[in-house]
Amino acid sequence: MSPRAAWRLESLGFSEVYDYVAGQADWLAFGLPTEGTSANAPRAGHLADPDILTCGLGDELGSVRERVRASGENICVVINDEGIVLGGIRGDDLDGDAGRTVEVVMDSGPVTVRPSESLEEVTRRMQDRKVGRVLVTTSDGRLVGVLNRGDAEFRLAEESAGA
Amino acid sequence: MPVEINRGQVQHLVAEGAQLVDVLPADEYASEHLSGAISLPLKTLDATTAARLDQNRPVIVYCWDTQ
Repeated sequence: MSPRAAWRLESLGFSEVYDYVAGQADWLAFGLPTEGTSANAPRAGHLADPDILTCGLGDELGSVRERVRASGENICVVINDEGIVLGGIRGDDLDGDAGRTVEVVMDSGPVTVRPSESLEEVTRRMQDRKVGRVLVTTSDGRLVGVLNRGDAEFRLAEESAGA
Repeated sequence: MPVEINRGQVQHLVAEGAQLVDVLPADEYASEHLSGAISLPLKTLDATTAARLDQNRPVIVYCWDTQ
C-alpha cells in the first residue's frame, strides 16, 4: 500500500516523498513508540528480562557451566559480537566435556518471539507447549531478553483483575 | 521518485520535521500507529485529503509491512 501512496502523493505535487517500506511491523518489532487504543496492550517485549547469561561460540563448556551454576539459572544464550542470537545451551547440554566449545553442544534453533507480539498470545503458546520461558529477539535476531511464563501469567492476571 | 527508507531514517527525518503518514484503513490507525503519525488511508487519498499535508515538508508514508 505504501508504495502506491507514495507515488500518488508525488502525482499530487509532493516533491519529497519517502516510503518506510518495512512499515509498522518493523517499527513494533524494535519496540518503538506507538499510539492508539491497542498501543498499551502488554507485549512480550515489555516483560522481557535483559538480565540473562550470554556466551560466545568459542567459549569452553566448562567455563560456561561455572557461570550458569553460579547464577542459579540453567540456560545461557549464545550470541555473536553483534548481539545476534546463534543458539542456546541449557540443562543436560552443560554436563559435557569441559573442554568442548559451546558451538558443538548448543541448540542452534531456539524458539524466539518478537517484542511486539501480544503477551497474551505468546503466553498461550508457552502454556500449550509447556515451556517455561522463551527468548525475545528483534526481527534481525538481536537478543532483547528472556520472557518467563510465570511473569507473563502474573502480568496478564493483573491486567485481567484491573479490567 | 519516492525514496525507500528504514526506521532509523524515519526517526531522523521526523526529528527534522517530516510528516509521518499512516495509509492503512482508519480503524487500523485507531488501533495502533506510529507515534506522531496522521491517518490518510490509501483508499481516500486524493487532492482533497492530501491538502492537509504541507507540500513544503517531506512526507513519509507507511503501512503494515511490505505486503
